[in-house]
Amino acid sequence: MNTTEKIREIAKQLLTDKKVDLVVGFAQGSLPLRSTPYFARTPEQADNLIWSATCENNLANFVRKRSDKVAVIAKGCDVRAMVALIKEGQINKDNLTIIGVPCQGMIDRKQVCEAIGCQEILEATDNGNELILKGKGFEKTLAKEDVMFVSCKTCQYNTPVIFDELIGEALPGKEANYDDIAAFEALSPAERNAYIAKEMSKCIRCYACRQACPMCYCSECFVDCGAPAWIGKGAQRVDDNALFQTVRVLHLAGRCVDCGACERACPMGIKLSLLNRKMVKDVKELYGAEAGVNLTDPPALSTHKFEDKEDFML
Amino acid sequence: MIINKNEIAGILTKLAEEYRVIAPVKKDGLVQYAAIKNGEEACLDYANTKKPGKEILFPQSEELFNYTVSAEGVRMQDNVDKEATIVFGMRPCDVKSLVLLDNVFKNDQYTDVYYLTRRANTLIVGLGCNEPASTCFCTSMACGPFAKEGSDIFLTDLGETYFIEGISDKGKELLAKLGLSAASEEQKAAAAKLQTETKADGSINIEGLAEKLGGMFEHPFWDSLHEKCLGCAACTYLCPTCHCFDIADEAKDCEGCRVRNWDACMFPLFTLHGSGHNPRPGGKARWRQRLMHKFNYFVERYNATACVGCGRCIKNCPVNLDIRQALAEVRALD
Ligand code: SF4
Ligand code: SF4
Ligand code: SF4
Ligand code: SF4
Ligand code: SF4
Repeated sequence: MNTTEKIREIAKQLLTDKKVDLVVGFAQGSLPLRSTPYFARTPEQADNLIWSATCENNLANFVRKRSDKVAVIAKGCDVRAMVALIKEGQINKDNLTIIGVPCQGMIDRKQVCEAIGCQEILEATDNGNELILKGKGFEKTLAKEDVMFVSCKTCQYNTPVIFDELIGEALPGKEANYDDIAAFEALSPAERNAYIAKEMSKCIRCYACRQACPMCYCSECFVDCGAPAWIGKGAQRVDDNALFQTVRVLHLAGRCVDCGACERACPMGIKLSLLNRKMVKDVKELYGAEAGVNLTDPPALSTHKFEDKEDFML
Repeated sequence: MIINKNEIAGILTKLAEEYRVIAPVKKDGLVQYAAIKNGEEACLDYANTKKPGKEILFPQSEELFNYTVSAEGVRMQDNVDKEATIVFGMRPCDVKSLVLLDNVFKNDQYTDVYYLTRRANTLIVGLGCNEPASTCFCTSMACGPFAKEGSDIFLTDLGETYFIEGISDKGKELLAKLGLSAASEEQKAAAAKLQTETKADGSINIEGLAEKLGGMFEHPFWDSLHEKCLGCAACTYLCPTCHCFDIADEAKDCEGCRVRNWDACMFPLFTLHGSGHNPRPGGKARWRQRLMHKFNYFVERYNATACVGCGRCIKNCPVNLDIRQALAEVRALD
């Protein structure tokens, strides 16, 4: 049985036995290389669930603050977010069933687009290690590895850190890799500034990044506050756009689970991972902490240890 | 008339001496409209710009006026943009969206001087689509890959050349000045064939849809439609016909300006009252508003659907909530 079939079987059983009211997973999307979040409430609907390298959204978003009994088909990063949310009192673990899927990584459509000169894809087949893409007058094969999201290329938690049931075999762990951030850190302040400014000039302030982020859930986001107005509301000022991301990153210090959902959602293709992963790396180096990797560690910034670095204090 | 593709850049550069010329350009990995000085920058080989054409007449952020307050009193300076502009190579769906937006910015209750002044000073050169994308459904939306409504001049891509038609008087006048050569009978026939035969496949049947939606306000359909929606504004900001805005004062000490920014019905803040009450409290009410506004309210008010079938909302939604499927589901309901 393949992963999709197993997911359907488990979901069907849970719904038939009335152990859960709802299974959150993915269904086939309407375009090639797209899946779409799906909510199965009956055993019949469970037949629409699928698993593929296009199940890119972080489903933790859909299980926050629910009172019904929910099962979720979750990859490593979804589970990390859920673990962090359980610790923050946003998810009641008693009502949650995690069907974990060891994840080989998700495909980044922006990289695929670049790799094929952005011709329109009309048909995509995934044969395991490769993607075969077809469109008007072209056919191209890409290695999946080459077109994965940055967060997936460096992911260390492909296998969910907690689960009620695991589909398939756990994957071997990977070494931590912050080469992309180290390269960014190596730039001069002026170069970093210029890079960020260029990225931020594309921002349309649609807030898809914030909405897609499982850890962004303030009941009132500071950008929405009108009195006082902390920030300009328009997208024309690059500084305001950068301020929005800066505060977002600071609010996520020690909480970001490095899932990349923000960058995946951004319609303008802005490299948000650079900022988030920089903070993830800093928190790891300064506090030896990582968000959502187990249920026991307290969140990095709500605790104090004597060995914490204090060199930023007076 | 006819023009060789390799002459376009030169003509645009020349026009840019006299007009603000706005054309699609490839910038930072995105195709976007931008003012150009050099015709070489224009990129006419594109399916759809990332941000829609509405931003040219209705910018995402627009300073309406600025002011200073001093002992002498208040000084105000409005910011109406009167610059003569040519938009070159706009796709028919984006052009059609401007025709629709005209209703909103000039009607029996409201006249928007900012939009209308730009509108009056802007000449639009439309560009037909030889290869509509699979997400395009303009053919179903009273538009189409070669719809000329709203264009002053219209280009049809014949490979090496563009077949050029003057549509409005304004367009014909400009063409007369350019002194182009006449098209052969063969070229005319080739253009006519392309124009009549090219269709966008992603078809949607909207016959009777407005009436049906009219009776559906309380339908349980809305309970589940929005369930996967994240409540961002990607679909609305990138939609050429969405036109909601918010007005904010940006002031420091005695100086300030009033700015108009795009806003979106998908945000909770959009309808939040000062009292704290929100008449559209969740995603259900917000998605209902989005669909209803486009396919029912706008139709009732202006006798046109507020969707041109450009497919941007489909391509850019982070969770693949496809408006074509939503409409098909409405159709399928009893
Ligand atoms: S970050 Fe890890 S778990 Fe998440 S999609 Fe990528 S590879 Fe899978
Ligand atoms: S998703 Fe992208 S464009 Fe939208 S607000 Fe976030 S960074 Fe800006
Ligand atoms: S900031 Fe981005 S990477 Fe971090 S948790 Fe949120 S969505 Fe995931
Ligand atoms: S783009 Fe998609 S997720 Fe965002 S508001 Fe629109 S429908 Fe919802
Ligand atoms: S609703 Fe979608 S398809 Fe229709 S005009 Fe707007 S963005 Fe284009």
